[in-house]
Parts: sequence; structure tokens; C-alpha cells
Amino acid sequence: MRYIRPLSMEDAVGQLASSPGTAAILAGGSDLLVRMKGGFIEPDLIVDIKAIDGLGEIRETAEGFIIGAAVSCALMGESAALKREWPGVVEAAKLIGSKQVQGRCTIVGNLCNASPAADSVPALVAAGAMALIAGPGGRRTAAVEAVPTGPGKTSLAKGEIIEAILLDRRAPRSGDAYLRFIPRTEMDIAVVSAGVNLTLDEQGVVKSARVALGAVAPTVLLVEEAAEALIGRKLDEAALERLAKVCSGACRPIDDKRGTVEFRRKVAGVLARRAATTAYARAGGK
Amino acid sequence: MNFDPRYSGRNFTSVGTRPLRPDGVDKVTGRARYGADFNMAGQLVGRVLRSPHAHATIRRIDTSKAEKLAGVKAVITAADLPDLTDGDAAMYDILDNCMAREKALYDGHAVAAVAAVDARTARQALKLIEVDYEVLPHVTDVDEAMKHTAPLLNDAIFTEGLEEKPAKPSNVTKRTQFGHGDIHEGFGRADFVVERSFKTEQTHQGYIEPHACVANVSSDGTADLWVCTQGHFVYRQHCAQLLGMEASKLRVTSSEIGGGFGGKTHVWAEPVALALSRKAGRPVKLVMTRDEVFRASGPTSATSIDVRIGARKDGTITAAEATLRYSCGPYAGMWAEIGAMTAFACYRLENVRTVGYEVLVNRPKTAAYRAPSAPMAAFAVESAIDELAKEIGMDPVEFRIRNAAQEGTRSSYGPVYGPIGIGPTLEAAKNHPHMKAPLGKNQGRGMACGFWFNFGGQTCTDLNIGMDGSVSLAVGTVDVGGSRASLSLVAAEELGIAYEQVKAVVADTSSLGYNDMTDGSRGTFSSSMATISAARNAIKILRERAAQMWDIPIDDVVWEKGHAIAKGEKYGNLAALSLREIAAASGKTGGPIAGHSELVADGAGVSFATHICDIEVDPETGATRVLRYTVVQDAGKAVHPTYVEGQYQGGAAQGIGWALNEEYVYGKDGRLQNPGFLDYRIPVCSDLPMIDTQILEIPNPNHPYGVRGVGETSIVPPLAAIANAVSNAAGVRMTHIPMSPPRILAAIEAERGGRWSK
Repeated sequence: MRYIRPLSMEDAVGQLASSPGTAAILAGGSDLLVRMKGGFIEPDLIVDIKAIDGLGEIRETAEGFIIGAAVSCALMGESAALKREWPGVVEAAKLIGSKQVQGRCTIVGNLCNASPAADSVPALVAAGAMALIAGPGGRRTAAVEAVPTGPGKTSLAKGEIIEAILLDRRAPRSGDAYLRFIPRTEMDIAVVSAGVNLTLDEQGVVKSARVALGAVAPTVLLVEEAAEALIGRKLDEAALERLAKVCSGACRPIDDKRGTVEFRRKVAGVLARRAATTAYARAGGK
Repeated sequence: MNFDPRYSGRNFTSVGTRPLRPDGVDKVTGRARYGADFNMAGQLVGRVLRSPHAHATIRRIDTSKAEKLAGVKAVITAADLPDLTDGDAAMYDILDNCMAREKALYDGHAVAAVAAVDARTARQALKLIEVDYEVLPHVTDVDEAMKHTAPLLNDAIFTEGLEEKPAKPSNVTKRTQFGHGDIHEGFGRADFVVERSFKTEQTHQGYIEPHACVANVSSDGTADLWVCTQGHFVYRQHCAQLLGMEASKLRVTSSEIGGGFGGKTHVWAEPVALALSRKAGRPVKLVMTRDEVFRASGPTSATSIDVRIGARKDGTITAAEATLRYSCGPYAGMWAEIGAMTAFACYRLENVRTVGYEVLVNRPKTAAYRAPSAPMAAFAVESAIDELAKEIGMDPVEFRIRNAAQEGTRSSYGPVYGPIGIGPTLEAAKNHPHMKAPLGKNQGRGMACGFWFNFGGQTCTDLNIGMDGSVSLAVGTVDVGGSRASLSLVAAEELGIAYEQVKAVVADTSSLGYNDMTDGSRGTFSSSMATISAARNAIKILRERAAQMWDIPIDDVVWEKGHAIAKGEKYGNLAALSLREIAAASGKTGGPIAGHSELVADGAGVSFATHICDIEVDPETGATRVLRYTVVQDAGKAVHPTYVEGQYQGGAAQGIGWALNEEYVYGKDGRLQNPGFLDYRIPVCSDLPMIDTQILEIPNPNHPYGVRGVGETSIVPPLAAIANAVSNAAGVRMTHIPMSPPRILAAIEAERGGRWSK
């Protein structure tokens, strides 16, 4: 096993692209080290990206936020601007693991681990976040929902590294929220989760919406029909009822040790409804 | 030795106070040495290869490739642990469980082990061991295993305890029955009858410290074992027997223990580590991973229980019966039997019958878990009692008070009770402010009672007085919950000196006579009895020395408040001699001063508790929140009240986890799906409220200070108390533990008659 700590993205990409065996990228290590310790994987090359310039920073630009791949979830919670504009994304990041884990883990790692139950991913998908990807052929961007393709699998090509997550500046009267269901109060993995992101017009009518569900299909689902249930309406009882129904219907869950098909269907609707109510209130809706 | 263990009703100076524990600073600063903290020069790393199959014949094991790997110093299989059990069936089961012989009987069953120079080499070596399995059909569910069509784990098992010997083998090893009276007559007189079936899933003790030991077998046949255990003397006996050693040549030292709860009363890794060390000729350290702890150690039984209780309109129970089926893992046990004994022990019943069935399944060998078997039986019985009270229209506390066992009651399992605490705990619960606190929307309150036998057993203790007047107390019961502090208090009390003058240690097996393990809530009960006896023996010597120093007859010397006092006016000018002064002179008065005791601590005194809890249920998700929890329990006499409260809280916390989320989840392939703390959900701190406690003190007549064991009873009522609270909050009777959110939501939806939303 070889461990390297490159100082530039070009070097990291080059080393990854030319590595003959299995390679893993190390940021917080909260997934990688656990899996290595459990004997599930033994990578030939580990590329630690934490020393690469800028990857540990959250930058604010005119367009929005650039969250570096090595930014810990705890650091996201300390960014007042990010919390103000994207409270749903930050609350999702701050639900991962425990306080100690949040000091290490990153949302890019959460995304690339490609678990359908990843906490930050439904919130990022609902937020319309983009991934900035560096690779042997240069840089590209991709919608966050296009990165995981199934449990443990991503669309990233050999040598590609997600450099940052991009979030837009907020339009006025916008709000987002994320909720997950776990049997305990913390230190757990989502059994079902929902992220909702809304923008309202001046009358409090939903102008645009994105709804994402976690842990109910092989990847996080962006449920367009659920957004349609909200757009053009105030968040009245009928709209919420329709949202819950659509979300329950969109699920393609499995029975496993964490929950049943029936449970996930039902609770997906309940959580979407509750998250929408919070997002609506955050957007100033009444 | 003429030790009088009877309760004396004395006033206490030290007992009942709350000093800091002697092991506290080392534990919070990381200095304390747990099982994995022992190391020896030249020590090898031991690792165990485990069956990936729930049930399989082992056709052949080829270890040759592993043996050739550089750095591997020993590889063992069952062939290296030959059967020396000489017809002792229970020991044979322990041996077979430590290392599978003909069959692997559960996912995680040990089949081979290696000792290598480092962990990496050991892991590689495991991969080089080739095991040829013939996979067999398996069964993991207790009810399924009882069916005639179920795969048989052991075709030499014919159910014991039936009137006629059965013709066919079965997974049911034994039927037991308890009770008295005529239940048919009793049910005939009942105005109301409740009949229900219940299930509880398998749980693990969940101790934070995995099993760990270092074994060192010398070429002269002697051996040392450092190990995390609840009973080093028992481990010595078992290991010596399994390895063909003389017990006195194996010295076992117990480490600090990071939780046991019954799970460290059984050997798993230790005989394996000793066999590896014997073969390699070097010390071997064997530490189980969490995955191994879940798959191969511990768990308690999964159960299936039917209960039927009848009562008259006035609230008198006329008859009660229960059928209890407990899983034992792949080896015979007496788990259902204990459940059948405890089920109705809280009540005064004219007509009662309980029947237990011990059931073999392809799961790890069931081990004791804190008041083993009682919580599941209490869950079933206390749920039915609650429902019956509702049907009659009586308050559930009043109903229980009306039927509670008393002094003189013949218990449902046979013996007649002495003074007991069930009535007082119920009265205390009834008057507790918790009972009257208002409840909000979707909130429910539940209460339940629990019983545990408690145990005394063989105990041996030394008390040595140093020349500086300080006292070292050597005990043989492992300290699992603060007993070194409690026993120091007892020594200080009896000798009449300060707590700080006493230092208690847990001695190794070569330094003291045999002690039973710390189980059955016996640690403080039995070792305090032995400590009192040892102290009294030391006092006799202290009096002799004082008499010698004064040159007066010993009968004229009495011991009071840590001093020898010359009795009678003729000695009026003799100043009292302190323990320190007598100790300082001991070199010239006959040498060191010590008190020894060896005894069987009889009369442990049964224990009762009543718990109250409030739960909020989210009717849309089935999520639960424990809002408030109160434990009322009889301690006889709380020697160190803080640690008594700790036992009450700890049992309640484990019970809450068991009631709400903890369970072994097996796949269709018979493999354990959740062998880790991520998906085996014990409560985290934020899941629990502060657990309130109320200590009642109804003296045990068979202990000089009135002490009863307190460690186990606290886990008996929670499953039932929480089930009653959840049922009240959700408006539907919950009959399957754990009451995980999917189970609660499914029950709510079924009760509503509604369908799952599509």
C-alpha cells in the first residue's frame, strides 16, 4: 500500500490516473478508514487530498459558494453565510455520524461513498448543487445527482477527483430543509430521508421547488412530480397531502435490517411534508 | 469458624456514605488496565477463523498453507483441543463452542485459529486455511425450530422432561414445569381472562470492552492467563479442564472489566489462546473484534411466550399460566426454565402453572444476560396484567398491589418468601410524583414489576493489616460495578476505621481460595459477608494483641470504634489502643495481623422492583422518545448508594435499548446482518432521560448489614414498562420486542384498519 499527499490537483489527478491497482482518495477518512479497518478493502494507493491548496476552504463568490473537497462538515456549520443561505444543506451535513466524525468527514466524501442513505446528498440534490470535477482531461461540472450511480458506485472516470461542491447564491424568499428518520437520536444512518428546496413569489406562492428522497432507491431520488405538486401553490393542506402521496409513490425501497418497504414508503411522505413545511417557513411563507 | 450472618440492625458510620471509588481516577485518566492492555515480551497475535455458514458439516480443514506462511507460529483446530471432558456434557458444549468439531453450528462459530508475529500475518494466515464445508439446512427462529419439519441441529437430542421418552429427536432439549393449585378450577372462577402471545428478539449484553486475554504457557506446564472476565476462578477451572491442566498450575489474573452483564461468565477465546500459546511456545494475545463479539459471544435468548391470566371482578387473580419457549443457541440450556420460574414470582397466586421449552437454533450459544430470562417473561406477564387491569377497570398499580406476593406467600416457583419488597416498591411507585405528572398528546405512561432470585455462593477473602495501620482487602469477586468501594466501606465499618484507610484489590487465582464468579448480583452481597467475617477474625487478633500489650485477659478487651478498650473499672487508667497502635507494635507481639474468611454466602434474599416510564410516540413514523423513567427497587441496605443508583440506572438503560431497538437480525442465509454498534442499536446518551431512582431498604435477614444484591433486577421490568407505555401512547397493544419504529407504525396502521399509503 502506498500513501501520497500531493500538493497540487494536477499531481493528484496524474498519480490517480497512472496508478495500476486500486486507488482510494482520502479526505476525512470517515468511510475509507472504517472500511480498511474492517478488512473490506485494501487499496494499493491512497491519495490524501488535504494538502492541496484551497481544498480546505469555503469560498464565497458572486455566483455562490465553492465548498472545497476537504472542508469538514463541522467547518460548514461554522460558516454563518452558508448557514444563512443554505440551512438545509448545513443541517444535513451536521447530521452525519457524531460531533467527532463531523470534525473529519466531508460532503464530497459523503457523495462519493455513494450510499443511497448519505445524509448530505438529498439536501445537495434538492439545492441543485453541482460537483466541480478535475480529471486527466481537464475540469468539468456535473449535477450532484449524476455522481452516484448505485450503492458504492459513481460516474467518476479513472483519475477524476471532485474538487468542490458549488452552490448558487440564493434568490430572495428561498428556503431549504432536510429531515431524516433514524431510530435513535444520533450516531445512525438514515432509514428514509427527504430534502426540500423552495423559492416563493411575493405572494408566498411556490415559484420553484426541488424535492429529493434518500434511502428509498439505489440512489438518491430527485422527485420532479413532487416539485410539481408544490409549484404554483401556497403550502396548503391539499398541496402537502399531494406531496406526501407522490413521494411515497416515488419510492422504490427494499426490506432490510434498517426498515421495511411499507415503513419507508409511508415515512418518505411524512418527512417530505415536514421538510417542505420547514423550508416554506424559512423562505418566509406563511 | 462460627460466623453469625444474621442481620443485626446496627447503626452505620461508613456504610451508606458515598466516597469516591478507588479505581475511579485510573479509569477516567486511561491508566486502568483492561483485557487488551496487558502485553508480554515476545507476544504473538492470535486470530480466529469463523464459519460463514449457519449450519455446516466440516469435512476437512487444511492448515498446511497457513503453517508455511512466514511469521506464523501456530495454527490450531479442534484436533489441538481434544475432548477431555469425560462425559461432562456441559463442558463438552463449551469445548465445542470454543472450537467447532464435526459441525459449524452458527455463523461465527470458531473453526480454526492462528498465532503469528503480527496482526497482518495472522489475517493473511486465516485466508490460507482451507475449510471444506457441506452446508446444511439451518433454522434461526425459535418457533420454526420447534416444528417437526425443522432441520435438526443434533440428532442425539431427545426432549427431556416429557412423560414418555420421545421416539424422534428434536430441537427441544427439555420441558420444565412449575406451579401449584388447579388452574382449570381457577380459570373457571374468573370473570375476565386475558390471553396473549408475545415475542422478543435476541439481544446482546453490549459490553463496550470486547473479550481479550493474554495466555502464556510455559514449557514446564504452568501457565498464566490475563483476562477480562467476571469470574477468573471459574475461567481457571474451565480452561484447566479443557486443556488437561491441573488448576493450581494455571494462574488467572482478572483485568479491569469494561462491562460483562453475564456475557463474561463464559469462556470463548481463552482456551483457544492457551492452546495457541502451548503450541507456539510463546505468549499469545487474543482480542475479539466487535464483529466476533456479536457473532460468537453473548447473546440472550429470543423468545416466544403465551400468557393467560384470569381474575374476578374485584381484582383477585384466580389463575395464571404461561408457556415459554427460549432459544439456547446450538447447545442445551436452562433459559426457559429460569423464565418459567420468574414469570409470576411477583404475585400471590392460588393456581399457577408455567411450562418452559429449551430450543436449539443456529445462533450463538446463549449466555447469561443480567437477570437472564426474567425480562422476557416479565414483558409477557406484565403486559397481560396491564391489559387485565384495564378490562376489569382497575388502576394497574392497585391491581398489582392487590395481588402482590407477601412474606409467607408460596412463590410460583416453589419456595415460601421471607420479608420481601414487592409490596413496598408498588406502594412507593403509587405515591411517586411521577405517577401524577400530566401527560401530553401522543404520550403514554406504563409501569411494571420485576423479580430476581439473587445468588450468594462460594466466597473467600483476606484482610491484611499493615504495620502503618492501613488495611488491604483481597477479594476474589471481580469488581463490575464499584464493589471495591463498597467492600472498603464494609471493612471500614466493621473495623471502625476510616474508608481511606482501606484499599481493596481483586486477587488472582493463586492468591486466594476459590470464589464463584460475579454473577447473580452476588459481588457485594457475598464478598461483604466474607469481608465482615474476615474483619471480625482480624478484630479477634487485634484484641489478643492489645491484651498482650496490656498484659490482661483477652476477655477483658472489647473492640469499639477502631480501638481496643480495656473493659472494667480496674483498667480505668489504660488508654484505648487504636488499630494503628496495635499494628505498629505487631512485629513484637506475634507478627502480622490478618483476618481470613471462607464461606458459602447463603440467603441472598430475593429482589423486587417497580418501574414507571413515560413515552411519546410519533403516530406518523412510529418513532419513540423516553420522556421520563423512574426505578423503585429494594436494596436491603445500600452500602454505597451512588453505585446502587448506578445499577438501577444501568439496568433500566439496557432494558430501554432492548425494548425499543436492539435485536439480532438474521438474513435468509442464516448469517447475522448487524454485527456492529451501527445497526445493533444500543441507546446513545441523547436517547435517554436522566433515570430517577428510589432506593428502598427492607433488610435481608440473612446478611449482617441487611444487604441484598441489586445488580440484575433493574433490567427485569423495563421491557414490560415500556411496552405498556408505548401501548398506552399508541392506542394499540404491542406484543413484539423490540418495538422498533417499523413495528410500531405497522401496529398503528393495522389498528386504524388503514392501509399503507401507496
